[in-house]
Amino acid sequence: MSEHAIDARELTRRFGSFTAVDRITFHVEPGEVFGFLGANGAGKTTAIRMLIGVLAPTSGSATVAGFDIRTQAEQVRRRIGYMSQKFSLYEDLTVQENITLYGGIYGVSDKDIVTRTGEILTRIGLEHAGKALVREIPLGWKQQLAFCVALLHRPAVVFLDEPTGGVDPITRRKFWELIYETGAAGTSVLVTTHYLDEAEYCRRISIMVDGAVAAMGTPAEVRKAMGAETLDEVFLKLTRPGSGAAA
Amino acid sequence: MRAFLGFVRKETLHLLRDRQTLAILLLFPVVQVLVFGFAVRTDVRDIAIAIVDPTPDVATQELRERIAASDRFHVAEVRPSVQDLDLQFRRGAIRQALVLPTDVERRLGRGDSLPVQLLTDGSDPNTGGIMQGYATAIVERWYRETAPSGGALRIEPQVRMRYNPTLESAHLFVPGLIAFVLTIVSALMTAISIAREKETGTMEMLLVSPIRPRAIVIGKVIPYIVLGFTSVLLVLLAARGVFGVPLRGSIVLLLAECGLYIVTALALGVMISTKAPNQRTAMIAALAGLMLPTLLLSGFIFPLDSLPTVLQWLSYVVPARWFLTIVRGIMLKGAGLATLWQETLILVGMTMFLLANGSRGLAIRLG
Repeated sequence: MSEHAIDARELTRRFGSFTAVDRITFHVEPGEVFGFLGANGAGKTTAIRMLIGVLAPTSGSATVAGFDIRTQAEQVRRRIGYMSQKFSLYEDLTVQENITLYGGIYGVSDKDIVTRTGEILTRIGLEHAGKALVREIPLGWKQQLAFCVALLHRPAVVFLDEPTGGVDPITRRKFWELIYETGAAGTSVLVTTHYLDEAEYCRRISIMVDGAVAAMGTPAEVRKAMGAETLDEVFLKLTRPGSGAAA
Repeated sequence: MRAFLGFVRKETLHLLRDRQTLAILLLFPVVQVLVFGFAVRTDVRDIAIAIVDPTPDVATQELRERIAASDRFHVAEVRPSVQDLDLQFRRGAIRQALVLPTDVERRLGRGDSLPVQLLTDGSDPNTGGIMQGYATAIVERWYRETAPSGGALRIEPQVRMRYNPTLESAHLFVPGLIAFVLTIVSALMTAISIAREKETGTMEMLLVSPIRPRAIVIGKVIPYIVLGFTSVLLVLLAARGVFGVPLRGSIVLLLAECGLYIVTALALGVMISTKAPNQRTAMIAALAGLMLPTLLLSGFIFPLDSLPTVLQWLSYVVPARWFLTIVRGIMLKGAGLATLWQETLILVGMTMFLLANGSRGLAIRLG
């Protein structure tokens, strides 16, 4: 048993001769908001897919919420929440029906589903939309709703794969407030993002380049280690070493 | 169990909320029965026939009346010569022509041979053959009854068609239609519905959750099993109500076999959806891979005996072929399990194989 919420050691995934994730080692503390950064195709999504148990690692190991992702996938699944890049609620079901469905799948009792539904709707300001079809509510709310649904069963760790893609700045701001609240309540959050301003909100970040971890630490530590003013600069230096020095 | 029931409920809601698709799925079987019943008939009626009668007399008058009295024919014209007959065929004004010799009555009286020519539009060989048969029958009957008996002993076969005495094509196509409709409703719709969840990303959410892939598949197909049964009943009711298609065997056995075939089709749909990345691929794969064989290689439209040998072999792996034999057996011949156990066993075997394959495909989860 590890007391870390996530503990990955030398985690590797190859597709044929292509190494998508190359021996990454990191851990996430309980209640920590951990940012997973990297260019498109750097291996962020592949890494997450291994941690949530839909993709087997080629080598290396990891525990999530104290359970081995290879041998105890069932226990891991019960203790994690996940929100994918694609919007993952059913558009033709109502807000309430979506919540009830996921609650049922995760074994949340009927009583808890009722109380938590109320909490969720109040939290994101959708009190009057419980009976509305999900396709009828604005994108920003859908994303927040998807996040809350992923937290419905009170998971130990929640994985967010680019949760704020295509969302307006105000909603992004609100979304990050939700993330903070979640971390403060003791749930670890592993979030991938392209927005470097969002990375500054994370307690710690790791930047992936070509499948490997190129930098890790608090945003301040990473900036300092790379001799850069902003994370933007860090990112450019790491992903485009030639032009990054000039920036 | 609660998670599973919730899942079935959700799947049912998808089906009920998509009103257009649901309406199409429920209307489809009935429309198919009507289309096949009224439009795609292989029995021919109202054939436009021209009679070439160079020297009209009492005997030819009698023949003309017999032809006109048959509901298979209407006499488009009576003409004295074969001139321009070809043109009439090409214009489509007539589909058959009966060319009589001169002096018919006198020849009959003398007991001479009677050279009668029957020309038939053969551009559709099937109906052509059928029209030829009808016309020949009338002419022969007329000849026998009009010509004075020559004393020679004649053997007259009395032909009677078993199981479908009036050769109603509706009796033959309804079983095929059941197979066709079930393939569409079950296989196509399951394939699309699983592929849709892959496409929208909700499948990923389900696979990350503790619900087991097997439960996902079973939960998904249950509403379609119900829908499949509804379709079968609609087809049977429409076929009986509109065309009087008989059901001579046991309805319990028929529904049980339909249930078996629904599972076969669903397993096919699941297998397609595990391979197809999105709805479009799933749809094309289901249409090309399932609907065409169901139409062409099952004996539904083309008799299996007339297929090339290679295609006949291929038809052995088409589940619809076996199902069709079963349904025709039950509906038209009143056959029971004692005669149909082989086909049933083959279908069970195929279904088990497909189910094993399909659930393995999903057990791999998302590649």
